[in-house]
Amino acid sequence: MSLKVRDVAALIEKIGDVIEENKEFLTELDAAIGDGDHGLNMNKGFKVVKDKMNSTNIKDIGELFKLVGLTLIATVGGASGPLYGTAFMKGGMAVAGKTEVDMNDFIKIMDEAIKGIKMRGKAEAGDKTMIDALEPAFNALKEGVLKELPAVDILKNAREAALNGVNYTKEIAARKGRASYLGERSIGHQDAGATSSFLMIDAIYEFVKDNTKC
Amino acid sequence: MKKLINNPEVVVEEMMQGIVLAYPQYVRKLDCGNVLVRKDAPCVDKVALVSGGGSGHEPAHGGYVGKGMLDAAVAGAVFTSPTPDQVYEAIKAVAGDKGVLLIIKNYTGDVMNFEMAKEMAEMEGIRVESVVVNDDVAVENSTWTTGRRGIAGTVFVHKIAGAAAEAGEDLDKVKEVAEKVIANVRSMGMALTPCIVPAAGKPNFTLGENEMEIGMGIHGEPGTHREELKPADDITTHLMSKILEDMNLSHGDEVAVMVNGLGATPLMELFIVNRKVHELLNESGVKVYKTFVGEFMTSMEMAGCSVSLLKLDDELKALLDAPSDTPGFKVL
Repeated sequence: MSLKVRDVAALIEKIGDVIEENKEFLTELDAAIGDGDHGLNMNKGFKVVKDKMNSTNIKDIGELFKLVGLTLIATVGGASGPLYGTAFMKGGMAVAGKTEVDMNDFIKIMDEAIKGIKMRGKAEAGDKTMIDALEPAFNALKEGVLKELPAVDILKNAREAALNGVNYTKEIAARKGRASYLGERSIGHQDAGATSSFLMIDAIYEFVKDNTKC
Repeated sequence: MKKLINNPEVVVEEMMQGIVLAYPQYVRKLDCGNVLVRKDAPCVDKVALVSGGGSGHEPAHGGYVGKGMLDAAVAGAVFTSPTPDQVYEAIKAVAGDKGVLLIIKNYTGDVMNFEMAKEMAEMEGIRVESVVVNDDVAVENSTWTTGRRGIAGTVFVHKIAGAAAEAGEDLDKVKEVAEKVIANVRSMGMALTPCIVPAAGKPNFTLGENEMEIGMGIHGEPGTHREELKPADDITTHLMSKILEDMNLSHGDEVAVMVNGLGATPLMELFIVNRKVHELLNESGVKVYKTFVGEFMTSMEMAGCSVSLLKLDDELKALLDAPSDTPGFKVL
């Protein structure tokens, strides 16, 4: 797998489309144990991301990630804006100046992105947050690369791992974010942030599968 | 959804325009965002106070911009924290020589966005400190969770820290006073009906005809439990018992009382609640120094109320009595 700047831009646009398709679902998940704005705000942010990507001349992938990160920080609000914004900005720093990325680069991006989210949100695995989807996906990516699996298979495994992570969030009580106010009452509900993280990984898998020539 | 709006996407912008037209003698809006600042900002010789949060809590926070309270209020989308760039613009617009204090309600998003703005301003050489208000006793405080929410008690922080800033105190002192209020204020709310976020178009929870939610948050976050509707005195007694449990008040202590309507509860009912609050305090020998009844921190059209108690000492009493002249809170 090797993606050029325009491929990554198309991939981010696809992520935006998936968020839009799921905005009401994400909002309903959030309303159950949070404040019910996750899908709406994420959709608002990715719409602006799309406009900005189309109107900006972007030279490399690090710059593209920075644009996405800054835009999400400035448009999404709530907790998801700073968290996803920080993830994209930190992830982008791992590929600064690069005009092409492969699976190893993607692992570096994910590594920095997850570190960024943990730093900003002071969250760890098991707190019922987006980390619970992202960290298992990241581990699956690393494992797949070690086993030298094809890119599509690696991403498929990462997608499965993220989905398992989302399902795991149903079983645990929230320790971060608004849902943590509910404590034990949050058990049984899946986390909206983990779900949007899964949707992003899923979009990446679908994108690479549909563009297997890359 | 039955709302007096034009378009859900522009409710905050249109509201801001209306506020500025209503109170030109108090506030102006920054061109670059939904930020209200004091008309005379920046006041260079005092500490500047910046607060804000999601919209939908009017008169919080824009209504508290003015002499003796806030220098700037940043308005996010409905129930959504404002973004760091907006808070940063607010800081830059009001920062004088004595630095800036951010007053943040304890929600994950608010804390993150305000902290990012603080980092941005510090890179510009502006001295910024922050305090986080967490007065809601409905939520258990623990190191494992986000901690207690910030609700109506925040208005006391605005008022008292605002008075300290207006008196010319330095940033460390204003922050110390704000933290003293936070340490001594406790609140708890309840809801009779839900509210509708305009962009969502439907209520974010439902309550049965005869049900109420005790401990409800100001964004419709679930509270401690649901139960059948009871008389106002019983509800007030329950809220007060949870607040007093957490407060350590003794005979002869003095408090300020705030009975806050969530948006759709008439003053008649708030006064009925206030009557019982006073009766209970009187029974336990606690003196009421000052009472505020009205809408201070609302949740759009939610019906219900919150009760806040602030334990006072001589310093807090003097600052509470100091003049403040803002659209939403006047002490003259």
